[in-house]
Amino acid sequence: MDYLSNIIFAVILIAGVGYFVRNIKKLIRNIKLGHDIDTSDNKNQRWKSMARIALGQSKMVVRPVAGFLHIIVYVGFVIINIEVLEIIIDGLFGTHRVGLKVLPESVYGFLIGCFEVLAVLVLVSVIVFWLRRNVINLKRFLSSEMKGWPKNDGNIILYFEVVLMCLFLVMNATDITFQNMNAGNVVSQFISPLFGDNSDTLHLIERSAWWLHIIGILIFLNYLYFSKHLHILLAFPNTYYGKLTPKGQFNNLEAVTNEVKLMMDPNADPFAAPAEDDNAEEPAKFGASDVMDLNRIQLLNAYTCTECGRCTSECPANQTGKKLSPRKIMMDTRDRLAEVGKNIDANGGAFKDDGKQLLGDYITKEELWACTTCNACVEACPVSIDPLSIIIEMRRYLVMEESAAPMELNNMMTNIENNGAPWPYNQQDRLNWVNE
Amino acid sequence: MSEQLKVPTMAEYMAEGKQPEILFWVGSAGSYDDRAKKITKAFVKLLNNANVDFAVLGAEESNTGDVAKRAGNEFLFQMQAMMNIEVLNAYEVKRIVTCDPHSFNCLKNEYPGLGGVYDVIHHTQYIKELIDAGRLSVKGDTYKGKRITFHDPCYLGRANNEFDAPRNVLQNTNATLVEMKKHKRTALCCGAGGAQMFKEPEKGDKDVNVLRTEQALETTPDIIATGCPYCNTMMTDGIKAKEKEDSITVLDVAELIANDQD
Repeated sequence: MDYLSNIIFAVILIAGVGYFVRNIKKLIRNIKLGHDIDTSDNKNQRWKSMARIALGQSKMVVRPVAGFLHIIVYVGFVIINIEVLEIIIDGLFGTHRVGLKVLPESVYGFLIGCFEVLAVLVLVSVIVFWLRRNVINLKRFLSSEMKGWPKNDGNIILYFEVVLMCLFLVMNATDITFQNMNAGNVVSQFISPLFGDNSDTLHLIERSAWWLHIIGILIFLNYLYFSKHLHILLAFPNTYYGKLTPKGQFNNLEAVTNEVKLMMDPNADPFAAPAEDDNAEEPAKFGASDVMDLNRIQLLNAYTCTECGRCTSECPANQTGKKLSPRKIMMDTRDRLAEVGKNIDANGGAFKDDGKQLLGDYITKEELWACTTCNACVEACPVSIDPLSIIIEMRRYLVMEESAAPMELNNMMTNIENNGAPWPYNQQDRLNWVNE
Repeated sequence: MSEQLKVPTMAEYMAEGKQPEILFWVGSAGSYDDRAKKITKAFVKLLNNANVDFAVLGAEESNTGDVAKRAGNEFLFQMQAMMNIEVLNAYEVKRIVTCDPHSFNCLKNEYPGLGGVYDVIHHTQYIKELIDAGRLSVKGDTYKGKRITFHDPCYLGRANNEFDAPRNVLQNTNATLVEMKKHKRTALCCGAGGAQMFKEPEKGDKDVNVLRTEQALETTPDIIATGCPYCNTMMTDGIKAKEKEDSITVLDVAELIANDQD
């Protein structure tokens, strides 16, 4: 027996999986540039959210058309990929359709039959998705942040899926023994006649489709890291780490608490020397001006975003023509993080200041100040991303590090400091309404 | 309102060595804003009618710091929070009700981490509680047959998952409740949240409150009901912008119930 093809297969498989693992390690390293955040709480509830939202797609169906089509593609991809297991075994050991050796013909036929039906359903869904993006011109796919690469990225993913599904069906249609078995070829039997009956030609097409199918899958796997499509993996951890507290609850900054307590403590010595501690960290920066100031969940959020734009289409600021788009906040965060990652790779593992940051170079003040903190974006996200928390972190930086709030807000805050209300009224008059 | 309101302060209760059932957190809007003061008074009328033993902090109340926090000023928020917590804890306050969903969210969710742990409820929840307990009755004829659409405040609804209490309360008026297309979880903000109330909006092609008002008008309501003083201002302005102030009124749930009393 000729082992050459087995060896080639093994090399391709190892190269494909190896490059993917290398990039995933980079992705994890990049996420770890963010602040550590304790998420060891409520494990049960977290697993349940993941099962419901990611596995169960519960938030996808809020929009029924896109939700239903997405479920088909999702289920199709997960189930059809069982076939990949067989391909890998066949490829490594030189077997052909090893499934037939371990399963009764009827069971094997049933499985492949399901895969074929799903492949057709996926094809139809993907075509509808393509039409939605390119012909129907849905508003949320036309925003300014979707121009160029994001639009192409979305289409490339759809083309990948079309090609992979077609290869799968062609592979089955040209497999003479499989067609003769006449079990499970529910779709491919109709394509089969298109390829004639020359057994050499058929075999050549079958082999080509088989190789292209597995190579295509490996290319697609490696495409994920460079694309918005990472959500097929990251939706699971992202929903696990999603916010469990009420949406309206913003975190209280601990560094601020310590300082405020000190300010309000009548026994504190204002001239006390700082505690002697050689390991003392430099004072924490308040808020975020760059990706390293965000926490790891926020950075995971950025990589998970698949740019569907449901957040932006629900955003009151965006709906009324303001620049703010929660989707762009997530895309900017991810793009800046990728840029920082590349910088680290190019500089031997350490970040070299590039004179850029998330605030200003990617996200403008105008976008940040347009937010009403209404949580519509958080509610809309099908995979538990929280764009609002990033907006607030950046507002914190603007206000506490740069005193750069809009003037009217500075007036409002001065009023609160001076007389305990956002308007210039005397605190002693708080009860005047009773007798008015 | 003609009848004299009874509004005791915590200091007065303390002097008598008593504790009220509940503290009414009036909030900055409820204390100073002319429109919001009417909501405050309507709610106090209900508390008086139900013989609720309540108190306010009066001049000892200060801004919750909520709006400073949303604007990014965590320092100012925590300063305000700690001052308020000192006062509330000194009075051993256990339960708080407020007409402002922003104060409600802040006191309920953000004060506990700073040492202020209370049972905080929104006034629509409290009105429901009083009606359910038989302490408050609604005539049910003032608004009978009128079309009312309820605008969900973000910080009551999406932020804290309370969608039913205001609607349940409104059912007592025997009005026809009509829902906007965007309601409950997908309700559109009135445009005031996140400190927008205190600044000019960024450049755009429309104001958020006008868009929300247009959504409300689609239901052809007689009344737009709100549960937040800021939403009330925004929707009232929206109605004026649409020149509908003669046919449509914007009223808080507390006002609707107070107008429908014996």
